[in-house]
Amino acid sequence: MNSNQKKIMWLIAALALLTLPLGLQQFGNAWVRIADVALLYVLLSLGLNIVVGYAGLLDLGYVAFFAIGAYMYGLLASPQLTDSFETLAALFPNGLHSPLWVIIPAGAGLAGLFGVLLGAPTLRLRGDYLAIVTLGFGEIIRVFMNNLDAPVNITNGPKGISQIDSLHFFGVDLGKKMLLGDFEVASVSLYYYLFLALVVVSVVICHRLELSRVGRAWMAIREDEIAAKAMGINTRNMKLLAFGMGATFGGVSGVMFGAFQGFISPESFTLMESVMIVAMVVLGGVGHLPGVILGAVLLSTLPEVLRYIAGPLQQASGGRLDASILRQLLIALAMITIMLARPRGLWPSPEHGKSQPTSVA
Amino acid sequence: MDILLQQIINGLVLGSMYALIALGYTMVYGIINLINFAHGEVMMVGALTSWWLLEHWPDALAGTPPGLKLFIVAVIACACAAALNFCIEKIAYRPLRNSPKLAPLITAIGMSILLQTLAMIIWKPNYKSYPSLLPSDPFEIAGAVITPTQVMILVVTALSLGTLMWVVNYTKLGRAMRATAENPRVAGLMGVKPDMVISATFIIGAILAAIAGVMYASNYGTVQHAMGFLPGLKAFTAAVFGGIGNLAGAVVGALLLGLIESIGAGYIGDLTGGVLGSNYSDIFAFVVLIFVLTLRPSGLLGERVADRA
Repeated sequence: MNSNQKKIMWLIAALALLTLPLGLQQFGNAWVRIADVALLYVLLSLGLNIVVGYAGLLDLGYVAFFAIGAYMYGLLASPQLTDSFETLAALFPNGLHSPLWVIIPAGAGLAGLFGVLLGAPTLRLRGDYLAIVTLGFGEIIRVFMNNLDAPVNITNGPKGISQIDSLHFFGVDLGKKMLLGDFEVASVSLYYYLFLALVVVSVVICHRLELSRVGRAWMAIREDEIAAKAMGINTRNMKLLAFGMGATFGGVSGVMFGAFQGFISPESFTLMESVMIVAMVVLGGVGHLPGVILGAVLLSTLPEVLRYIAGPLQQASGGRLDASILRQLLIALAMITIMLARPRGLWPSPEHGKSQPTSVA
Repeated sequence: MDILLQQIINGLVLGSMYALIALGYTMVYGIINLINFAHGEVMMVGALTSWWLLEHWPDALAGTPPGLKLFIVAVIACACAAALNFCIEKIAYRPLRNSPKLAPLITAIGMSILLQTLAMIIWKPNYKSYPSLLPSDPFEIAGAVITPTQVMILVVTALSLGTLMWVVNYTKLGRAMRATAENPRVAGLMGVKPDMVISATFIIGAILAAIAGVMYASNYGTVQHAMGFLPGLKAFTAAVFGGIGNLAGAVVGALLLGLIESIGAGYIGDLTGGVLGSNYSDIFAFVVLIFVLTLRPSGLLGERVADRA
């Protein structure tokens, strides 16, 4: 393929991505929502890919950072805090509606800080010990969110936070549909464009990181930590940086998730969610950006699309297989068969410059 | 004082169930370096099979004494779980043995979801009450009570652990297992068949998990398709806590974890003046784990293994 053809391909892909929600919204906003959620998962997977794919640190509690971002937005842009603290209510008579430009850095910063805090004591741990510690961290965060409604109501416990503001972006309220002349752009489509922009920015950041000195350092650590150290890489700082960067991505996606849903509860941040994000990264092709994106899109849209074809099957089986059960069944089967057929992922990174997996036995 | 004693008893009972599950995790990890995420589900299948057998107990055998009934049911459940775990390893892990390390982890997670879903389809998603077969009058020891079921759990765990230790330390199979864990390739050169040893490991792990499942069900009185998740997670934590790959470590870790959980849940309310309640009991395990691993990165009894180059 010469460079001209390549340019045309890119152009077509870009056009398709840009017009996708406008097409989908003709069939109903539910379809655009699926695309929105898929983009959020792409964002999360890109973040986790920094930790798992580049630095080779298995993180099974990634959803904690997502939760931190979401709760950050939920608390700072909903009546929750002013309802439970009178002094705050007095300070903000119109309610607490922090602007996006405050919340995004705050959410990203806090998540990043937690990432470093989690990373610091766990740096000495080998792979699987690290996995269980991160898993525990995820559970700790979730349990706190579940229980911080007493004695002081901060997170509203299992009931979650509702009435979260929609995003405002340069005076445009993403929660309302926008009219361009006669053409109506639904609110979900506006979110789609925002998420798409974020994904593009993230892909560029990740790609540049991968090619940078930092990225090479991460990969060196992934392949052989001792050798990396011997080459003069500050493995401690590099691992912390990976944790912090990954967490920051998680935090930003969390903020977006909170604004997009308008409601958050600890239910959305279970261990299963972390596990699914890991599955997206690994299934697609760990450490390889196109693969990671493919994995995220596949695993997040597949169950939603299946919901529509599950109806007939449900009737055929006399109601024994309901849609959600069928979805789970197919996801599980997909995870197993894809891994068996392609152990390095659907779209793995090309071999050059990277060592073969070490074989045992 | 009796409250403390009571919590210790509860903790030991909880810990011994964790120990049986944790052994399965740690044996598998010791041999093929895989976190077998589906292990909690094997325990669930053991519990649900035994429940199903009790529900469909043939009328002709209605006169069987309850203790014997439980024993027969448990044996069949162990057999089913063993067959299941054997198949899981054959289908989902064996083809990936030389693949990147994350691949079998993902199939393990897939297996876990698959088993839960299948259990939900076969046995329906509702909570089912598990018949109590042992007498329910508790014994009293110095102000604390212990039910016959709890006594049974402690005794059965001790017996199972004893048998396992004997198998691992004094039989030919055990020696082959230890050799394979040390170095599969060299073990192979010495005439050990690694494939067979690995299958045997999965079968033994499944039997222990099924025993734990039956006991868990008779202790709490309910079974459901998602029941394996939390105990599985805790047992895995226990295995890491004690030093993953180390059998004694898994048992010590599990017992300590059980004690920490039940004593913690009993006292945290008083200690913090009611700010933190027993609803935080699920995270004690993790807080202690993080703390211990910061001080001893390979767990309590784990060997200090250098990073493999």
